[in-house]
Amino acid sequence: MSFPLALDVADLSKKYGDRMALSHANFEVPMGSICGFVGPNGSGKTTTIRMLLGLITPTTGSGHVLGESITEPEKYLPNVGAMIEGPAFYPALTGEQNLTVLAKLGGFDTGRIQGLLDLVDLGDRGDSKYKTYSLGMKQRLGIAAALLPNPKLLILDEPTNGLDPAGIQEVRALLRKLADNGTTVFVSSHLLSEIEMISDYLVMLRLGQVIFSGKTSELLAKQQPVIVAKPENRSDLEKLVKIATSAGHTATIIDESVHVTGESEFSAKFNKAAFEAGIVLASLTPVRASLEDTFFEMTGE
Amino acid sequence: MWNVFRAELTKLKRPSLSLSTIAAVAFVTSLTTSLLFLLVDSPEGNGERGVRIGRDVLALPSGVTISFSNAAGLLGIVALCIFAAQTAQEYTYGTLRNLLVRQPSRMKILIGKLGSMKLFAIAMVTFSALLAVSLSYLFAGVKNIPTQAWGTQDAQIAVIQTFINVLLATIGFGIFGMILGLLFRSPISAISIGVIWNLIIEGLLSIFVTNIDRYFPGQLLSIVATGGNERISYQYALFTSYGFLLAGLAIVAILFKRRDVAN
Repeated sequence: MSFPLALDVADLSKKYGDRMALSHANFEVPMGSICGFVGPNGSGKTTTIRMLLGLITPTTGSGHVLGESITEPEKYLPNVGAMIEGPAFYPALTGEQNLTVLAKLGGFDTGRIQGLLDLVDLGDRGDSKYKTYSLGMKQRLGIAAALLPNPKLLILDEPTNGLDPAGIQEVRALLRKLADNGTTVFVSSHLLSEIEMISDYLVMLRLGQVIFSGKTSELLAKQQPVIVAKPENRSDLEKLVKIATSAGHTATIIDESVHVTGESEFSAKFNKAAFEAGIVLASLTPVRASLEDTFFEMTGE
Repeated sequence: MWNVFRAELTKLKRPSLSLSTIAAVAFVTSLTTSLLFLLVDSPEGNGERGVRIGRDVLALPSGVTISFSNAAGLLGIVALCIFAAQTAQEYTYGTLRNLLVRQPSRMKILIGKLGSMKLFAIAMVTFSALLAVSLSYLFAGVKNIPTQAWGTQDAQIAVIQTFINVLLATIGFGIFGMILGLLFRSPISAISIGVIWNLIIEGLLSIFVTNIDRYFPGQLLSIVATGGNERISYQYALFTSYGFLLAGLAIVAILFKRRDVAN
């Protein structure tokens, strides 16, 4: 790649005993992008993030964060904000005190704390003890903590866990705003629909292996669009399949509909052919494959 | 390292910890001082393990410091619990990963943490010393023990020496707690093992096995607090106990530096 990279991982592996948590991972994340890091639970997302943050040592391979080797985390971590595996704070301290601990530790300006609490909608609860927070509030405090260093790279592990729909929308908008201002966002999630909405770049993991890394649009473009036709009369399903296959398309019956692979332009021709054959269609819908469909197709799950 | 020190102080200053520590220190200091003076005429003794400390000894310049040095063992247990909890809770709360992201040098985390907890121990011992001396005057009046010698220069020197000895012992117990906290990564395990070891295992074995207390860090630290005794010198107790502790600290520091943070 010719553009600067925020993350660059080569042949990275982590083995715990006989279990390979991450196997020879290779991926790159361009600067300024929102990169979704997706995969089912146990696929190695958190292990990878921990290696990127210097918390665990790779078994083999190498990686660079903001151009610095992951063997020297002190060189890049001052510019990285992170929330790993959910928020973790001291229950007996208030939200503000928890952020003060981390700000002092990193040598950051404690004057930013109130602004960050306001940003994540905790401005009026900063003086409440962390143990009194709801899951969504804890999550938002975690995001505020990650933003303390005014990071060039923000690494968030499942940031929307526990948030209500409005909260999820706010986080999505916040991440987009940060990316627009030049922050690279590396966000892991198992909620593929969420990632599809915000990410312009994707790294997909399955069973500790990277199965895709690249632009989200490129991945989705690889998927053939489908036209879903539902006849009024169930007995017309076979006739519809014949019409589609005679036009050179693949068609399958799923439930009470026929799924025909083809661009949406074929819809009109297909509709006309069905009408000429005396078939009345109850609905005809062109459908583009979602990230979730793509993921399941790629993983065979 | 300074940043870690400042961050740790924010945690140590929280009211729940500060107030409970003040209460614990006040309790153990009041207990040892009141027992020392109020049982001065008791045939069962008024000191550790039934030792009798008479009116004549209490009237000496060093008499004002005896209750304070008697409290050292229990102050040490309080310090052990605090140091162990403050260290191990980073694992149970999962906050260690936050600390290491903000300060990747694990040695700086360890040294900064230890430094802040030492400051906390200094505050604790100072409070105990002030309370012990005040209560000593109060109970001496109640039991008609002469206190003229307590205002002399010899008494001032004795107070300073005892303060240093008790502080060294208390910090030593705290370091023991920190070692256990890093080793077991759970406050409950670290505190229970530390307390059982010091109060029961070391205490019992020292009663039944002659001279075994020469090799027990907890027993040696208690001897440091009292300035040595007829069997074990102050120097031996200080260097041997701190030798054990520094070796233990070095081992857990290596573990802490190398161990993956996977929780």
